[in-house]
Amino acid sequence: MAQTVLSITQLNEYIRSRMEEDPALSQVAVRGEISNYKLYPSGHHYFTLKDENSALKCVMFKGNALRLRFRPENGMKVIAMGKVSVFPRDGAYQLYCTAMAMDGVGDLYAAFEQLKKKLAAQGLFDPAHKKPLPKYPGTIGIITSSAGAAIHDMLRILRKRYPMTRVRLLPVRVQGTEAPGEIAAAIGYANHFKLADLLIVGRGGGSIEDLWAFNDEQVAYAIYHSEIPVISAVGHEPDVTISDYVADLRAATPSNASELAVPDQDALRQSLDAMSAAMASALNRQMKAARQHLNVLSQSPALRSPMGYIEQRGKGLELLKNRLIAAQNQQLTQKNSRYIAAVSKLDAMSPLKVLSRGYAMAQRENGEILRSVRQAEIGERLELSLSDGKLRATVMDKEEGK
Amino acid sequence: MNPQNQTFEASMVRLEQIVRAMERGDVALEESLKLFQEGTELVKNCQKLLDEAQLQVKKIMTAADGSPVEEEFQDEP
Repeated sequence: MAQTVLSITQLNEYIRSRMEEDPALSQVAVRGEISNYKLYPSGHHYFTLKDENSALKCVMFKGNALRLRFRPENGMKVIAMGKVSVFPRDGAYQLYCTAMAMDGVGDLYAAFEQLKKKLAAQGLFDPAHKKPLPKYPGTIGIITSSAGAAIHDMLRILRKRYPMTRVRLLPVRVQGTEAPGEIAAAIGYANHFKLADLLIVGRGGGSIEDLWAFNDEQVAYAIYHSEIPVISAVGHEPDVTISDYVADLRAATPSNASELAVPDQDALRQSLDAMSAAMASALNRQMKAARQHLNVLSQSPALRSPMGYIEQRGKGLELLKNRLIAAQNQQLTQKNSRYIAAVSKLDAMSPLKVLSRGYAMAQRENGEILRSVRQAEIGERLELSLSDGKLRATVMDKEEGK
Repeated sequence: MNPQNQTFEASMVRLEQIVRAMERGDVALEESLKLFQEGTELVKNCQKLLDEAQLQVKKIMTAADGSPVEEEFQDEP
């Protein structure tokens, strides 16, 4: 019996081709629990799916794994999709997994919760990190699709509320695998070139998958690191994304973001009117107070009856004048009697008075009064003054006294 | 830089100062009159800025060297 002998490679290849020809195996979806999960540095994921009785080896290559919206973990119940084939080297069949979803809760929701928990733990939602928004933003950067309804809604509201601001649109894709990278890059770019005082990042409503770019870790970090304050505006009111948690302010819708971003010109006009009125009434109040003060002053006697006041003060002046004159007279009399006393004292000491008591005063011709016999020469002419006249005499002799 | 917005913001800040000072009532009447005059001018100017403002919208594109370039963006039909 001539049996064909195959090599192992040939046999494994044969089985592989048979399996791959089977349409039932080329696209299967299988439910199971992950175990032996390993992520290799190559980016490929290897794991085993099992139920109570059986196990299935699985591989998910890097390209497919990048699209995973959650991080597989041991014990996780999942639905894996792909084809079943043989890995010839090991002679083992396995599931070549192209997509995987979480079983039960829905993988997006689980991924969302997982990322939210992780980012919360890393402090990305910390209220202390949130920046205040400028009161009067000069330039608003809007990061969204240039095609969607969202940009038009936002511009319409901005134009109505506060046309003084300026808008810079940074167009990005807001859904699909490229979207998170583009959104994150636009946030970084706006910061790098200081393109705005405030950023609005968002898009209009859609399915949870459509909004998924805003549940991305890269976008979350870009918002967190933005020095320009960020308003997140994704979808409709009930939609909450990771971006909403990280942003400095969450808007329910893109239109609402415009409302939160700028003051309303109607309110501003009202407040300008109110300030005008406040200034006018403050000034009026002050003028009224000044007028009252003026009234008080004008009630004073000096201003109410100036002539009477002058007369009254004139009388006072008269009194003062009389007192002054009296004082002056008194002083004069006093001075006068002192003068008389002084004159009589002076008279008592007068040389004439001395002469009248029998003394004579001798003078030389040059007027010098003689106090000593030595002052006169023999034969010199002298003048002798007596109380009632003068005598002219000649010195006959000198005799000094002892 | 958006000069009209800057002027508006600075005017609003100054106006608030003036109103506060006048309401405190601790400035002399002559000074109050000056503040009132200045404030009234600022109010008029702010109203004028609001009346004349027109939203500018530009699209940011990236030049070959990576720097931003502004392009017109038509959002109104």
